[in-house]
Amino acid sequence: MISLSLRKQLKNSLLNISFSSEETGITALYGRSGAGKTSLANMISGLLKPDEGFIRIENQLIFCSQKAIDLKPENRGIGYVFQEARLFPHMTVKDNLLFGTRFKRLESRPLSITEVVEVLGLTNLLDRRPDSLSGGEAQRIQLGRAILSHPKILVMDEPLSSLDQTRKQEILPLIERLRDEFNIPILYITHSMEEIIRLADRLLIIEDGSIAADGTVEELTGRLDLRPLTGRYEAGSVINSEVLEHDRHYGLTKLKFVGGILHVPLIDVEKKTQLRIRIRARDVSLSSTLPEKTSELNVFRGKVIEIAQPTQQNAAHADTLIDIGVPIWVRVTRLSIERLSLRPGIEIYASIKGTSVDRQSLAARKGIKAL
Amino acid sequence: MLSPEELNVLLLSLKVSFWATACSLPIGMGAAWILARYDFPGKILVDGLVHLPLVLPPVVVGYLLLVTLNPNGSIGRMLSQVGIEIGFTWIGASVAAAIMAFPLMVRAMRLAFEMIDQRLELAARTLGASPLRMLLYISFPLAMPGIVTGTILAFARCLGEFGATITFVSNIPGETRTLPLAVYTLTQTPEGEAAAFRLVIISVLIALIALAISEVITRQAKARLGDQK
Repeated sequence: MISLSLRKQLKNSLLNISFSSEETGITALYGRSGAGKTSLANMISGLLKPDEGFIRIENQLIFCSQKAIDLKPENRGIGYVFQEARLFPHMTVKDNLLFGTRFKRLESRPLSITEVVEVLGLTNLLDRRPDSLSGGEAQRIQLGRAILSHPKILVMDEPLSSLDQTRKQEILPLIERLRDEFNIPILYITHSMEEIIRLADRLLIIEDGSIAADGTVEELTGRLDLRPLTGRYEAGSVINSEVLEHDRHYGLTKLKFVGGILHVPLIDVEKKTQLRIRIRARDVSLSSTLPEKTSELNVFRGKVIEIAQPTQQNAAHADTLIDIGVPIWVRVTRLSIERLSLRPGIEIYASIKGTSVDRQSLAARKGIKAL
Repeated sequence: MLSPEELNVLLLSLKVSFWATACSLPIGMGAAWILARYDFPGKILVDGLVHLPLVLPPVVVGYLLLVTLNPNGSIGRMLSQVGIEIGFTWIGASVAAAIMAFPLMVRAMRLAFEMIDQRLELAARTLGASPLRMLLYISFPLAMPGIVTGTILAFARCLGEFGATITFVSNIPGETRTLPLAVYTLTQTPEGEAAAFRLVIISVLIALIALAISEVITRQAKARLGDQK
């Protein structure tokens, strides 16, 4: 869908980024503030000119310094969702939504306006003016406006970062629906791991102006060497699972994943729903023998992969990566490491508290295989 | 209510001001846009030139026009070959008025263009609008209060033009004797004061009407833009 290789000297840093992404779905671009994420989005959409390189979208070169190709923003076919809503204040919501359809001659309109309006829940807002909207409403309208311009790809630059937690929770499922229902590839730029875990399939990490890591979300969040980059959120592991069955009597749901079956408090979704869940490192404990009488429902046998060196001397905890079919992070004290004589390769039992599944990352997944 | 002479003066004034404003409107908008948005070598010079009529004595502007555009000069002859007589005609009066009012028009519009949130313009570009369409659908509507203010200010300034007009195209009844010139003439005539006073009242009324129109249009435009604080 998109492949690019760009160099750009910014005020304080050099941006040198190459990647290509063939799949539809959401590709997340993660980096700290000031890593040049917005500059990259601006270069892709044509608002900022790279020093050299190329950008290809669906086999069309929209920028190529060698061939002197530099399409104007209006000809690139890229839907740009900005951090702030940027609605046109002199137009109604409806006119804002239709703005991107005014200038494009398309043989067919693959998206109907009513459908987009409905999915985004804008029906009651159409006659309003932007100044009377809440931040969340405005951002929803911006999403609709970008999609209705029939882009080949949507570039979202931290679309949730100006919203409060409640509003974020209101928009996140909508972005998921856009991903699933309109089948437009999305490049999602963010510095929030939480959003990535919920939304993205593939993750690119920008560090010091270039791509430091590239892989699936599950892979990269489990990688020890990336912890300094991804570790800004609370340590945890991401695993894909499928709803096996519900035990309504005890209020539990059984989730099937590569390592076995996980019991979690009842989740009200249909059987076979694909779920991505996050297990926080501090909610896992280790023991060297199988605990016989324990309150824990979720005990898995595994192997120690690696023990992370604590960043501070004399730190109480050291994060340990163990393999229970999938790699998961465990937060244990250094004293326990010594007592259990943990070292890579040793067999171990991990107990995961049933309550520790992070509800916010319970994103329903389509097309992702748990096994 | 109005005598034929008074009506004549009033209509002439409106005609001169209307054409002066109408013809300088596109040029003024262009100049304001360029000054607001572009940096180029010599920008200070262009800016200074645009503002010159504001700081020069009007008589000096009139004299400069007389020197450069007089009917026997090369520009004057070229214009009269294509049928435009500037010297001592109402067209000349319009030219003088337009030049005197130009800086006021440009200043108001430039400010309005500078106030536009350029991020909105960029958003419009990514949604498929060419630069021209961006101007028509986003920039100009957003700057509308300023454009209206600039136009009304310029029109009012044209109505009041005196020094440059009388120097450039003289004070010819029915041709170049606009309201201010007529008032001046009457005050120089014995027992003309009563008639002068009638014209003064007309001037005040026109000014008030222009201000009221400007206010109404600006309010409407602002309401359409939403209550932006």
